[in-house]
Amino acid sequence: MPSDPQNELSLDSASDAGEAHAFAHVRHQPPHPLVEVWRDFRESKGALAGLAVSVALVLIAIFAPWVAPHSPIDQDQSAFLQPPAWLPGGSWTDPLGTDAVGRDLLSRLIFGARLSLFVGLLVVTLSLAVGVVLGLLSGFYRGWIDSVIMRLVDIMMAIPSLLLAIAIVAILGPSLVNAIIAIAIVNIPFYIRLTRASVVAESAKDYVMASRVAGAGHLRLMFSTLLPNCTAPLIVQATLGFSSAILDAAALGFLGLGAQPPTPEWGTMLADSMQFVQSAWWVVTFPGLAILITVLAFNLMGDGLRDALDPKLKR
Amino acid sequence: MTSFFLKRLALIIPALAGVSLLTFALVHLIPGDPITIMVGIRGLTPERHAEMLHQLGLDKPLWQQFLMYDWNALHGDLGRSIFTRQPVMTEFLQRFPATVELSLAAIVFAIVIGLPAGVLAAVKRGSWIDHTVMTASLTGYSMPIFWWALLLILLFSVQLGWTPVSGRLSAEYWITPHTGFMLIDTLRENDFDAFENALWHLILPAIVLGTIPLAVIARMTRSSMLEVLGDDYVRTARAKGAAPWRVILVHALRNALIPVVTVTGLQVGMLLTGAILTETIFSWPGIGQWMVQAINQRDYPVIQGGILLIACAIILVNFLVDLTYGLIDPRIRHPR
Repeated sequence: MPSDPQNELSLDSASDAGEAHAFAHVRHQPPHPLVEVWRDFRESKGALAGLAVSVALVLIAIFAPWVAPHSPIDQDQSAFLQPPAWLPGGSWTDPLGTDAVGRDLLSRLIFGARLSLFVGLLVVTLSLAVGVVLGLLSGFYRGWIDSVIMRLVDIMMAIPSLLLAIAIVAILGPSLVNAIIAIAIVNIPFYIRLTRASVVAESAKDYVMASRVAGAGHLRLMFSTLLPNCTAPLIVQATLGFSSAILDAAALGFLGLGAQPPTPEWGTMLADSMQFVQSAWWVVTFPGLAILITVLAFNLMGDGLRDALDPKLKR
Repeated sequence: MTSFFLKRLALIIPALAGVSLLTFALVHLIPGDPITIMVGIRGLTPERHAEMLHQLGLDKPLWQQFLMYDWNALHGDLGRSIFTRQPVMTEFLQRFPATVELSLAAIVFAIVIGLPAGVLAAVKRGSWIDHTVMTASLTGYSMPIFWWALLLILLFSVQLGWTPVSGRLSAEYWITPHTGFMLIDTLRENDFDAFENALWHLILPAIVLGTIPLAVIARMTRSSMLEVLGDDYVRTARAKGAAPWRVILVHALRNALIPVVTVTGLQVGMLLTGAILTETIFSWPGIGQWMVQAINQRDYPVIQGGILLIACAIILVNFLVDLTYGLIDPRIRHPR
C-alpha cells in the first residue's frame, strides 16, 4: 500500500504537538543531581532506617548533657552493678542500671555516642584530606610520584589495619588522640586508591582537555576541574570509613590502647566490664549493642549511598 | 603459567622490602634510648653503653643498620624478646600454628555457611530468604567481634555450659606438640578424648573470628551470582534443558567464584586482625595474644618482628590467591 509522505509528516507533527501538550506541565530542566540521588536513596528502606538512626545518634551526641539523666563519671556509692529498671532490684533513676563503681550506664552510653561520632568524624576528615591530596598528585602527575605513592599504598595495605594501628599506638603511647591518629593513617590508602582511580579515568575526558587548553593551571585542574567529578566514590567510602573508624576505635579501647578510663568510650567500657560477664550481663551487653547499632546505621547508609551514586547500578 | 608465576613473584619482592623498611622505621621512631628499647637494659655506665651500641651495630649509619636488619631477618634472626630472652623467631614459630588452626577453622566456617547462603539469596532474589541473608550479613559485617565473643561466651559457656571459656585444651590432657596443630597432634597420639576436647575449645573462637568473613563472603557470592545468572550462557544452558540445580551449581557458580576467591583471600588480613581480638578474649595462645602482650609490656623486638612476620604471611597468602586465579580463570593466565 503506497503511503502518502505528506500525510505521514502531518500525522507525525500532530503527534509531536500532542506529546508537547501532554508533557507541558513537566519542567524541561533535569532534576538537580542531589534530588536525583535522594530519589534513589529513599527507595531503599534499609538506607532510610540507617539515616534516621544516624541523625538520632548525632542529635543525642550533640545534646548529650541535656539528654543524659546523670553525669557519665559521677559514682553513686549506694548502687554498684544495679540491674536495669525492668528487672528486680532496678530503679528508674538508672534506666539501664549502673556499672561496677555505681556510674549510670545510660548516661555513659550517651556521652560515649559523642566520643564515637567525634572519632569517626575526625578520622574521616584527616584521612580523606591526606588521601585525596596524595591520590590527586598520584593520578594527575603519574610517573615516579605515582610509583612511589602507590608502592607505599601497597605496603600499607599488606599490613592488617588494626595491627598497623596498634603498632602506631605502641610508638605514640595509648590515648584516644593517638588512637585517632593511628586509625586515620591506616585509612589513608583507601582514599588514595579511590581518588587516583577516578582521577585517571576522568583525566582522559574532553572537559579536562578543554580546561587544560583554556590555560588552567595544575592546581585548578586538580582541585576544581577533576576533584568535583571524583566525589561519588569518596562519599561512599567516607560513610563506610566512618563506621569502620568507630569499630576500630572501640577495638583499640577494648585492648586498652585507646581511650583511657574513666572516659565513657564504648570499647573501653566493655573492657572494664569483661570480668562481670557472669554476674552483670547488662554492663557487657549495652555498650556492645551501642557500637553495633551505630556501625550498622552508618553501613546501611553507606550501602544506600553507593546504590544511589553508582551509575553502573542505576536503572 | 611460568611467566605468570614469575611476574607475580617479582611483585612481592618490593612489598617485602617495603614492609621491612616500615618495621625498621617503627622502632627508630620511638623516642628514647635504643639500648633500653631493643635490649631492655637500663642504667648502664657510659662506657658499657657505648660498647653495647657498638656490639649491636646501633652506632652505624641508618642505612647500614637497615641493611643489617634485613640481612639478619632473611637469616631468621629478628632479635630476642626483652622479657623471655627467647629469639623472636622461635616464639613466633611456637605460636603461629595455633593462629593458623584458628584461622583455618574460621574460614571453613565462613565458607561452609556463607557460600550456600549467598547462592540461595541470589537464586531466591527478593524473597524473605534474600532479605534475611542480607540483613544478617550486614549485621555480621558491622559486628564488634570482641562483644560478639562475650555474648557467645555468656550464652554457650556460662548459661548452657556447652563450650569451655578459654584456651585450646583442658588442663587434664597433655599433648606433646609435634605440628603445633592441636587437632592433628591429638589424633597423632590416638587420644580421641583430647581431640574432642580440643574441638570444643575451637568452636566458639572460630565462629567469632569467622563472622565477618562469613558476612563478606555471603554478600560477595550473592552479588557475583546475580551478575552471572543474567548472562547469555546461563540462558543457553537453561534453554538446552540442563537441570536448574546444574545450571546454578555448575554453570553459574563456577564463574561467580572468581570474585569470591578474591575476597576470601583478602580476608586473611582480616582474620589476623580479628585474631588479635579473638585470641585476647579466649586466651588462645597464638600470635594475636602474643602481640597484645608485647605491646602492653613494650617488648619492642617482639612487636617489630611480629609485625614483619605477619605482614610477610599476608603477602605470601595474597601471592597464593593470585596464583589460584590463574588456575580458575584462564583469561588471567593468558592476558591478551
